[in-house]
Amino acid sequence: MSTVAAERAAKKAAKPATMAQALGRALRDSLAEDPAVHVLGEDVGALGGVFRVTDGLTKEFGEDRCTDTPLAEAGILGTAVGMAMYGLRPVVEMQFDAFAYPAFEQLISHVARMRNRTRGAMPLPITVRVPYGGGIGGVEHHSDSSEAYYMATPGLHVVTPATVADAYGLLRASIASDDPVVFLEPKRLYWSKADWNPDAPQSVEPIGKAVVRRTGRSATLLTYGPSVPVCMEAAEAAVAEGWDLEVVDLRSLVPFDDETVAASVRRTGRAVVVHESGGFGGPGGEIAARVTERCFHHLEAPVLRVAGFDIPYPPPMLERHHLPGVDRILDAVARLQWEADS
Amino acid sequence: MTVMEQRGVYRPTPPPAWQPRTDAAPLLPDAEPYRVLGTEAVGKADEELLERLYAQLVRGRRYNTQATALTKQGRLAVYPSSTGQEACEVAAALVLQEQDWLFPSYRDTLAAVARGLDPVQALTLLRGDWHTGYDPREYRIAPLCTPLATQLPHAVGLAHAARLKGDDVVALAMVGDGGTSEGDFHEALNFAAVWQAPVVFLVQNNGFAISVPLDKQTAAPTLAHKAVGYGMPGRLVDGNDAAAVHEVLSEAVSRARSGGGPTLVEAVTYRMDAHTNADDATRYRGDAEVEAWRAHDPILLLERELTERGLLDEERMRAVRDDAEAMAADLRQRMNQDPELDPMDLFSHVYAEQTTQLREQAAQLRAELEASEEAGTDGEENAR
Ligand SMILES: Cc1ncc(C[n+]2csc(CCOP(=O)(O)OP(=O)(O)O)c2C)c(N)n1
Repeated sequence: MSTVAAERAAKKAAKPATMAQALGRALRDSLAEDPAVHVLGEDVGALGGVFRVTDGLTKEFGEDRCTDTPLAEAGILGTAVGMAMYGLRPVVEMQFDAFAYPAFEQLISHVARMRNRTRGAMPLPITVRVPYGGGIGGVEHHSDSSEAYYMATPGLHVVTPATVADAYGLLRASIASDDPVVFLEPKRLYWSKADWNPDAPQSVEPIGKAVVRRTGRSATLLTYGPSVPVCMEAAEAAVAEGWDLEVVDLRSLVPFDDETVAASVRRTGRAVVVHESGGFGGPGGEIAARVTERCFHHLEAPVLRVAGFDIPYPPPMLERHHLPGVDRILDAVARLQWEADS
Repeated sequence: MTVMEQRGVYRPTPPPAWQPRTDAAPLLPDAEPYRVLGTEAVGKADEELLERLYAQLVRGRRYNTQATALTKQGRLAVYPSSTGQEACEVAAALVLQEQDWLFPSYRDTLAAVARGLDPVQALTLLRGDWHTGYDPREYRIAPLCTPLATQLPHAVGLAHAARLKGDDVVALAMVGDGGTSEGDFHEALNFAAVWQAPVVFLVQNNGFAISVPLDKQTAAPTLAHKAVGYGMPGRLVDGNDAAAVHEVLSEAVSRARSGGGPTLVEAVTYRMDAHTNADDATRYRGDAEVEAWRAHDPILLLERELTERGLLDEERMRAVRDDAEAMAADLRQRMNQDPELDPMDLFSHVYAEQTTQLREQAAQLRAELEASEEAGTDGEENAR
C-alpha cells in the first residue's frame, strides 16, 4: 500500500474518541505489552473508575493487574512504592486532585527521591494519574490545580495532555518512563472528542517536548492542559483584532522544553503564560522567568501571566469568574503592546 | 549475649509505668448487630422517643427524595442520598445535647438537618453557591466534609479542647465504611483513646465505598472490632433499627460525657440509592440485594412496632406525612429560587486582611463585571 493510501485508510478508520477512552486504551496497551504494569486505585475495577478511564481492565486482565484498593491514598501510593521496589510498574489512580493530598507524604518523602537517595540503585517507575482542574461544576475539593506542588518537588516528572492523541501518547510514555511521573488529567477535557484511530500506530515520544498547536507572528500563548483549547479559541478571536497568535502546548512541565518555548518567543517577541491554577507562586512565574532569561533581548514586552485568582477554588456557581477565559487572555494580549502604552 | 542468642528468651518487658490492658474482652463488639425492634428489649423502649424517631425518619426520607429530585432539575450539582440510612442520621442528631458537636461527612446532610440546621443552608455545598452554608459555631456542626475521614481528628481535637477548658461537650463524628481505611481514621481513634477524649465515632457501614464492597475494604470481622486495638469499646448495631442506634449511641455519649473515653460504633445499614446521582450502581451490585434490604427498611421496622403497640393509626401517620410534605414543599420552593451571588465574595474570605495581590485581582474582576454589565452580559463569556 502506498503511504498516501495507508494514510487515507488510517483516516477512514478514525472514529471520534474521548480523552477518557484514549487514556483507557493507553492503560490497556501497557498492561498487554508489559506484565510488570499494574493498575491500582479506588473504584478502578467493576466501576471502571469514576471517570470510566479504567473501564474493562479488570475484566480483561484480572483483579491482580487492575486492583480495587481500600480507600487510602497514602496506602495506595505507599504500596506502589514497594511494588516498584520489587520490579513492578504501578500506575495508580488518585480519584480527584484534592484527594491526592493524603498521599503527599509518600510522594514527596519517597517516590520523588528514592532514585537520588539510593544513588541510582532503586529507581521507581510509578505513574500517578491525577484528574485535576475545574470547569466541571464540582463541589469543594473536586477542582484543584495542584501542579505547582508537584513541580516544586525534584525527582518527579509532571506531564499533562490537552488532546486525545496526546492523552494516549503521553500516558504510554509515562508508564514506560523509569522515573516517577505525575500524570495530570484535565477533568474538563475527559469528554472532549477527536477523530482518533486507535488501531493505527500511535506516536509515543519521550516526555519533555512541547508542541506548537498554532503558528503565529504577533505573540506566543504558553499554556497546557485544560487551558489549551481556551487559548486556541482566544487565538481565533484575536484574528479579528489583528493579532496573529502562536499557541504552544507545553505538555510537560517537568522536564520543561526550554527550546521550543524560547524559539517561539524569539520569533514573536511577546508571550503570555495561561493556566488556571493560582498565579502567585504558580507555574507561570517559573515559566515567565525562564522565558525572560533566555529571550530578554528578543522581548518587546514583559512576559505576562493569565492565571486563576489566588483563592481557594471557588464553589461551582462562581467558578466561571475565576477561570481564565478568552476575554482575560485577549486583555493580556492587548497589554503586550507595551511601547505604545508606556 | 548477642542479640541472636537473646532471641529465644526475649520477653517484652514493659516499663513499670505501662500496664497492658488485661481486660480486652469488654472492648469487643457483640457477635451480632444489637437490635431493639422486634426483640424483647423493645418493651423497655420509651414510647415518646419511638414516636419522635418515627416522625424524624419520615421527614428524613422525604428530605432525601426531595433533594434527589432537585438534582434532576439541575438545582443541586450532586446529592449523596442517605435513603435507607435515615435511622443512623436521625439517631446521631437526637442523642446530642445542645452544647455538643456533630462532625458529619458529605453524606450526612440529614443528620445536620435533624440537629436543627436549616434544610436550605445544609444544601449550599451541594448546590454550589458556597462551600459551607452555615456558621459551624452557631449550630455546633462542623462543615460537611468531602475529603474522607479528615473530620475525625478534628472531632477529637475539639472534644479534647473542650475538656481542657472544663466544658461538658461531646463530639460525635460520622464516617463511612470506606473512610475507615484512611490513615486519618486510625490516627483519630488512637489520639482519642490515648487522651480519653469525649468522642463517639459512628461508622455507617452501608456496604459500599462507591463501588467497592466491604470485603475489599477490610479483613476485620467487623469494623467495630477495630476499636479493640486502640483500647476503646467497639459496638455493633443494626443501623436500620432506629431505637437500637439511639440506645447504643446514647450509651456511648454518656460514657464520653462522664469521662469514660471514646467509643467506636458500627451501624450496619445499606445504601438504597446509588452513591450519588452521578453514579451507576448497576455496575457493581444486583437488584436482588437491594430488594432484600427493602424489607428491612428503617421506617417499616419502626412503623410495625408502633402499630402493634397501638401508637400509630392512619390519622397519626397522615399527620407525620403532612409535616414531612410541608418541609419538602418549603425546601422545593426555596431551592427553586436562584441564590443571590456576589462574585466579589471570591475575595472576601481568603484572609482576615486582604493581601495587596488579592486587592488587585478584586479590582480586575470588578472592572470585568462592570464591562460585561455595560455590554448586557453577565460575565458568562469569560470562561468560554
Ligand atoms: C480522601 C478521599 N479520597 C477519595 C474520595 C472520593 N470518594 C468520595 S466518596 C467515596 C466513597 C466513600 O465511601 P464510604 O466511606 O463507605 O462512605 P459512603 O459514601 O458509603 O457513605 C470516595 C472514594 C474522597 N472524597 N476523599
